Amino acid sequence: MEATNQNLNTNKKRKRALFWKQVKANRTVYSMMAPYLLIFFVFTVIPVFISFMLSFTSYDMLQIPRFIGLDNYINLFLNDEVFITSLRNTFILALFTGPISYLLAFFFAWLINELPSRLRWVMTLIFYAPSISGNAYLLWSLIFSGDMYGYANAILINLGFINEPILWLQNTKYILPILIIVQLWLSLGVSFLAFIGGLQNTNKELNEAGAIDGIQNRWQELWYITLPQMKPQLLFGAVMQITASLGIASVSIALAGLPSVEYAGHTIVTHLIDYGSNKMELGYASSIATILFFIMIGANLIVQKILRRVGS
Amino acid sequence: MAAKESQILRATKNNLESIQREAQSLKIDELNFIARRKLRRKIKRQKRLSRSLGGDIALFTVLFAFGLFSAYPLVFTISNAFKPLDEIFIFPPKLFPRSFTFDNFIDLFNLIGNSRIPVSRFLFNTVFITLLGTVGHVIIASLCAYPLAKHRFPGRRLISALIIYSLMFSSHVTGIPNYMIISWLGLIDTPFAIIIPAIGYTLGLFLMKQFMETIPNELLEAAKIDGAGEYTIFWKIVMPLVKPAWLTLIILLFQSLWGADGGSYIFTDALKPLSFALSQVVAGGVARTGAASAVSVVMLIVPITVFMISQSRIIDTMAHSGLK
Repeated sequence: MEATNQNLNTNKKRKRALFWKQVKANRTVYSMMAPYLLIFFVFTVIPVFISFMLSFTSYDMLQIPRFIGLDNYINLFLNDEVFITSLRNTFILALFTGPISYLLAFFFAWLINELPSRLRWVMTLIFYAPSISGNAYLLWSLIFSGDMYGYANAILINLGFINEPILWLQNTKYILPILIIVQLWLSLGVSFLAFIGGLQNTNKELNEAGAIDGIQNRWQELWYITLPQMKPQLLFGAVMQITASLGIASVSIALAGLPSVEYAGHTIVTHLIDYGSNKMELGYASSIATILFFIMIGANLIVQKILRRVGS
Repeated sequence: MAAKESQILRATKNNLESIQREAQSLKIDELNFIARRKLRRKIKRQKRLSRSLGGDIALFTVLFAFGLFSAYPLVFTISNAFKPLDEIFIFPPKLFPRSFTFDNFIDLFNLIGNSRIPVSRFLFNTVFITLLGTVGHVIIASLCAYPLAKHRFPGRRLISALIIYSLMFSSHVTGIPNYMIISWLGLIDTPFAIIIPAIGYTLGLFLMKQFMETIPNELLEAAKIDGAGEYTIFWKIVMPLVKPAWLTLIILLFQSLWGADGGSYIFTDALKPLSFALSQVVAGGVARTGAASAVSVVMLIVPITVFMISQSRIIDTMAHSGLK
């Protein structure tokens, strides 16, 4: 009995010694990573934990945080109707923009990949440009402007569909659909480029082999030959689209305002910004941030699991 | 004595020659690696199999229709910037200006110029933030990406996992603690409040690491045998090989830093970036619609130009972005 214990102990010791030996051998490697990791931990990893801890306090930046247990969370779910609205809006926006933008990004990348290289260059630029064009989405506020100068109103009036201008961005019925359209317009970003890159690197010989083996049309080729090769990019693209679609905020604030009419365009992130920057209730805002964190990570992990299962 | 000396001399010479030979083959390896990448990019499209004409017509019509939807607002923004104010509100809206004018840009210049601070100051602030942040990110993130891609060491898997998890939530989650940390560090009201967090951008590190994994190990091992240290390998071999990834990191950072307005981090007007001054103009209401379109053009033209120049390299990098 004692002997085995001793054995275990020496084993542990040996392992620990080996570990430190490896750490020492890799000193240079650690020194290379140190500057980045310092910034990464200070501004990304540690803040997640601070936010989590603050969510159990009442804090206004002036006084020391006061521990209040689960009160913030209880208030959020039981007493804050606006938060429930924002949850609902966020899920609606994410359910529309997430999957649609993901599929569109892949679909367009797939078609663009078949174009001759000049045209491919132009189309890539056209689809990617909105996502890097700064505040150019403000043009949409000109399109959906509530007076008769707004392009949408002017066209509809001229065609005789409506008699007087619609207040697009003040009408609770229209705010979410408009945000979805604008967000979709903006959403062909990094994942779109990843898909194009991935498609360019697929093995073309497999297409020929497939054609010989009885692939008859482009859809079969896509399903049986192209998609399986694209799995890594598809997983990466999903992460990018999910994170973006759950984090919609700046478009909503710019077009519908903060707060929007009857909170029709309110999302989790605008609620967070409202409490974090305007009302300075940082404990409460941190509990919103913590919920957002778990929703984002949860959605990503679930979708990763599903996507990994597809085709395997 | 002399015989022995000449022997040593010969041995050294032999050694030198073999090293030179090795170096040459290494150089060829490296060139091969780059050439292969270029070739892949330029490869001519082979005959398209399994495609029907009808399908082609239908699908590409859809593609170009959505292309119009995507391009229209941007083209409109740009053309609005060159229209006189009355033409912006004309009905039906014309895509191209009838009387082409630079008035909006002159207006914009005057509006910003009327504040106590000269435009050049705002421009300098933006360029300073963008340049320092971008260069810092490319160097510091690459330094971290290289060991993660090419070395085995205790902690590697933990760090890689943390980086992938951090791609899964947006920066809104960490906004409040970040503000607290930045103020504890005494960085509030300095450009570094924007620059330093930007250097830690995780997507850039992730893409760089994925791209570095494609470098053949033989290249690195050969250099190690020749006695090159890790830092030398990094600067002399790794960095030149990952130039496409540099460009990708540059555009990603450029895009976020060029539009940064300082938000709640910078109070002093003289330290505010250009984007802040421009957003003040936009906030001026309907009468400023012309100047506001000029603002949009100024803000979008720079990132889009960078992207136009570097598109193929960026897509090359993105090809390796996949999650395993």
